[in-house]
Amino acid sequence: MSLNVSNLTVHHGAICAVNQVSLAVPTGKLAAVIGANGAGKTTLLRALSGLNQPTHGSIMWKGEKIVGKKPEALVRRGISHVSEGKSVIPELTVRENLELGAIWRRNAKESKESIDQVASIFPRLGERIQQRADTLSGGERQMLAIGRAIMSKPQLLLLDEPSLGLAPLVIEQIFQTIRDLTTSMNLTVLLVEQNAMGALKIADLGIVLNLGKVVAINHAQALIDDPAVRAAYLGY
Amino acid sequence: MRKKIAFFIFLGWILLLIGDRVDELRVYQGAQIAMYTIALASIVLLTGYSGQVSLGNGAMMAVGGYSAALTLNNLGSPVWVAFLMAIVASALFGAFLGTAAARLSGPYLAGTTLALAVGLPEIANQFNFLGGVPGLLFDVGFPPERLGEEFTQYKWFFWIASFIALLALFITSNILQSRYGRTWRAIRSSPLAAELSGINSSRMKILAFTISSALAGLAGAVMAMTISLVAPGAYTLTLSFALVTGAVLAGVSSLPGVVFGALILVAIPEVADVVATRFGGGENLNNYLPTLIVSVLLILSVIFTPNGPGEKLRRHHHKKKI
Amino acid sequence: MHKLLETLLIGLSTGSIYALMSIALVLVWRSTRVVNFAQAGQAMLSTYIGFEIASRTEIFWLGLAFAIAAGALLGAGVDFFFMRVLFKHAVSGAAAVVAPVIATLGLLGLIRSIVGLIWGGEFKSIKAPASTDGFTIGETTIPFSALNLLVIGTVFSILIVLAIVFQRTNLGLSLRASAYAPEIAQLAGIKTARIRTIGWAIAGGVGGVAGMLVTSNNFLSPYSLDLLLVFGFIAAVIGGLESMVGSVVGALILGIALTFILNYVGTSLVFIGGFVVLILVLLVKPDGIMAKGKARRA
Repeated sequence: MSLNVSNLTVHHGAICAVNQVSLAVPTGKLAAVIGANGAGKTTLLRALSGLNQPTHGSIMWKGEKIVGKKPEALVRRGISHVSEGKSVIPELTVRENLELGAIWRRNAKESKESIDQVASIFPRLGERIQQRADTLSGGERQMLAIGRAIMSKPQLLLLDEPSLGLAPLVIEQIFQTIRDLTTSMNLTVLLVEQNAMGALKIADLGIVLNLGKVVAINHAQALIDDPAVRAAYLGY
Repeated sequence: MRKKIAFFIFLGWILLLIGDRVDELRVYQGAQIAMYTIALASIVLLTGYSGQVSLGNGAMMAVGGYSAALTLNNLGSPVWVAFLMAIVASALFGAFLGTAAARLSGPYLAGTTLALAVGLPEIANQFNFLGGVPGLLFDVGFPPERLGEEFTQYKWFFWIASFIALLALFITSNILQSRYGRTWRAIRSSPLAAELSGINSSRMKILAFTISSALAGLAGAVMAMTISLVAPGAYTLTLSFALVTGAVLAGVSSLPGVVFGALILVAIPEVADVVATRFGGGENLNNYLPTLIVSVLLILSVIFTPNGPGEKLRRHHHKKKI
Repeated sequence: MHKLLETLLIGLSTGSIYALMSIALVLVWRSTRVVNFAQAGQAMLSTYIGFEIASRTEIFWLGLAFAIAAGALLGAGVDFFFMRVLFKHAVSGAAAVVAPVIATLGLLGLIRSIVGLIWGGEFKSIKAPASTDGFTIGETTIPFSALNLLVIGTVFSILIVLAIVFQRTNLGLSLRASAYAPEIAQLAGIKTARIRTIGWAIAGGVGGVAGMLVTSNNFLSPYSLDLLLVFGFIAAVIGGLESMVGSVVGALILGIALTFILNYVGTSLVFIGGFVVLILVLLVKPDGIMAKGKARRA
């Protein structure tokens, strides 16, 4: 198990957003985190990347306790977080947004190689490398956000609703890319999604959150087949 | 309402008693405190209630001071008409400026009013009828004879200034407790929610700006009275900064606090003088110790009691009750 | 014709100094969301240090170097020891809008009084690094001097260096990313707190240059840089507060406009001229001249 979360509790002021969550994701696996609005999915990711500090519980990443560490320290340990809502900086060019992901490595040559790698994964970004990010379409921005995460050579990728506001065809393409990256780069991925069906279809395991608590955790296919989950989250 | 009127009359009576029992310097400082009280009330209304930051109150005071002086000198009108003109002129100017300012927020408004504070008083240098650098005289005349021969000029200033300040505070506190005051607070704490509940927030902001300017203008006229003239050198950037300082020390959203703030503004040079003498004097120490004390107070109060020392006390009190 | 040319050139020279101050203000505003009124104080203290060095060694440029270093140290110090403390006591309520403004005003007063206690209030002057006699064109002499030319040259060299740092280096990318989107920058592994302090240091250094250049043609006193602050701020607002390019353009416009007022309208109206220019720009383009229709940030 490369990621081990136990009894994690996160508060926003008086509100308990994540309540005693325990979960584990093996190396190279893609875990989909699904649940309704306000279930605590985003807060869970933010706690994992160090943006929110938990009130209780522990997070183990590759045998190290990482609670209390700042995001910039966790990036250096291979944790990359793509936050909600196409996390790119519109004022910067595509190239600059990508360079940002590798900036902490302070190695211009590696950074160039990574840009080439991202451009081969997302050819559209390669074509638009000199444009400002605010000229990109929604799907391209999401590719750029994921591309930036890849630039930092992650081992654990935290994705927050990459499908948000995208057209169905683009969503399918993004999900497929996430699946391919997981396998080809041997990534551990936590994918938070409202689009539960799409996420579960590409995932190895599924985690269902409700009101900050884990209500189900199982193989993704098993969750798809579970009538209760189907009724509550998959809509049929 | 009746209680409030009684309270203000009582305050006035206390002031009368105090005025009879202290020496000339204190009486003069009393007039200054009254002047600052009005000026600070103008900031409390604008910043503490409607949430707009203005660094240009010195300029508004200049508008009031010059209007009063021009009225008095050219029309030969009674003194009270001059003060009334100060209010009217600065309110009009404030309405005009507020119309532009309502579209501005935060630093944009601060910047615009700052530019005004620097620029406006200098206009006087350009036009002869405004008196240039030496300025215009502003003479409210001797105290009426029936007050007796003992009654000094400074005491007369003190009486007028205190009367005006009490009246201004009374009216301001009524405005703040009215539906306008509540609306301003609503706009300040959540502009969007206020808009959604049908409040025309830019009209309300312009209104706040207008009333605040009227108060500042009145303070400017009172200040002109205490120094007997209006001149560009009286309404400096330093004055504008001092007013913001006083308002913060008073607690920006507390009207009673303004008296405390005004007291501090007048007391600090005095205190600094004593301290400077204790440390052996010297020109630099005398000149810069007041600024040093004000700045340190300001910084400490922003860090530790940003809503004013009064609020902190009230909160402690509250906690004990619980 | 000569008067027009002279007005433009002098305006360019004054405007270029405003540009430095407005860049300093924009840098701090972008990273910290604070309009730093203490910038005038920091620049003043740096200039006094530069003045000491320049008057002892009689080398203006050595003084300038010290002023830059002092300004940078001071800027970093203000962020590290002052702003961080201020933000730890995060304010809510009525004072929230005024607290940062007041804090920097307090700091301005603090620095001013410290400078006053050390150097006193009398006017000091720094020997100009170039001739202040006007150039002669044909038979007329215009007030535009070698010093004015040197000021423009110095400012534009600094602007070019800044442009390279911001556009071509990792530090520049980190500064921009931290300003535009602190959270994304943090997630990309940038130590945003440290980057912010570096931004304050750059602003402080640039402010120090502005102070030295103003003083080379004028006097130095504990109040002498207040106008520079006001005009730098107006220029920054004209430029939209967010854009460094915008603030430079705003400063040049302001410098030229004010020199026109000075030469053609009247000396005393220069000060209100700044206000008029500002109001005009804000009424026509409320988000500053560089805005491209995006919503104004409060």
